[in-house]
Amino acid sequence: MDSLTIIAVASIVTAGITTSFGAIGPALGEGKAVSSALSSLAQQPDASATITRTLFVGLAMIESTAIYCFVVSMILLFANPFWNHVIAQAAGK
Amino acid sequence: MRLSPDEIIFWQYGFFKLNATIVVTWGLMFVLAVGSELITRKLSTGLRRSRWQNFLEIIVTAIEKQIEEVGLSHPEKYLPFLGTLFLFVAAASLGTVIPGYEPPTGSLSTTTALALCVFVAVPLFGVEEQGVGGYLKSYAQPTAIMLPFNIISEISRTLALAIRLFGNMMSGAMIIGILLTITPFIFPIAMTALGLLTGMVQAYIFSILAAVYIAAATRVRRPKPEPDAKH
Repeated sequence: MDSLTIIAVASIVTAGITTSFGAIGPALGEGKAVSSALSSLAQQPDASATITRTLFVGLAMIESTAIYCFVVSMILLFANPFWNHVIAQAAGK
Repeated sequence: MRLSPDEIIFWQYGFFKLNATIVVTWGLMFVLAVGSELITRKLSTGLRRSRWQNFLEIIVTAIEKQIEEVGLSHPEKYLPFLGTLFLFVAAASLGTVIPGYEPPTGSLSTTTALALCVFVAVPLFGVEEQGVGGYLKSYAQPTAIMLPFNIISEISRTLALAIRLFGNMMSGAMIIGILLTITPFIFPIAMTALGLLTGMVQAYIFSILAAVYIAAATRVRRPKPEPDAKH
C-alpha cells in the first residue's frame, strides 16, 4: 500500500471511531442530567426557571465534548492536513 | 462537500477574497443596525406604541433580566455587549429559514472572532470593576499554585466557545445536506426545525456563558467578616 491509501484508511476508520465513542459519554451524561432535572422539577415546580436555565447551560457544556469529537472527525474526513500534504508532494514531483 | 461557507467565493483580487461568510455577516449587520435604527426613530412613552417597539422592548427586557439572574447587578452596563452577541448569533441561525442562506456562524473564523471579543471583554470589565491589581490578583486565587491553571482555563474556555458554536452550526448544515441526498422531501424540514431550536439554544448559551465569565471577573472579593474579636 502506498502512503495515500494508508492515510485514507486510517482517517476514515479513525473518524468513525471518534464520533461513535465521542457520542457514548455525552449521551450518558445528558441522560443523567435531564433525569435529575426532571425529578427536581417535579419536586419543586416553583424553581423551574432556574432549573431550566442551569440545565440548558449544563447540557450545552456536556454536548460540546461530543461536538469536539464530531469536529475532529469532520476535519479528518473533509479537510485532512496529512492527505493534502501527500497530494501536494505527489503533485510537486 | 463544503465544510463552511468560507469556500463559496464571490470575488477575488489577489489575497483578498469576498466569500459568503463576509457577505452574509455584513448583510446581517445591515439588517440588525438599520432595523433597530428605524424602530427606535420614533419611540413613544405613552400608552400607544408601535408593534415593533413592543417587540424590541420584550427582547431588551428579557436579555436584561437574564443578565441580572446570572449575578451582574447592573445589567444595563453589559447589555450592549451581551445583547449584541445574542442578537447576532440568534439572527444568524434564524436566517436558515431563507432558502440558499448559509449561516455565517458555520464558519470557524466568525465564531473565533466572537470568542476573541469575549476573551478581550472579560479582562476589560474586570479591570474596570476591581482595578488592575485587584483583577490580576484574582488569577492567583485561591493560592498562587493555581496561577497557571487559571491562565490555561482562560484560553481553553475561549477555544471551547468558538468550537462549540462552530460545531453546532456546521453539524446542522451538514446533516441537512446529507439528508437532502438520501430522503429529499419531508425529513430535512424536520431537521431544519430542530436546527432552528439548536441555533436559538446556542445563541442563549453563548451569551449566558459570556455573562458568567464577566460575572466571575467582576466579582469584588469582600474581606471575610471576622468571626470573633481579637484575643
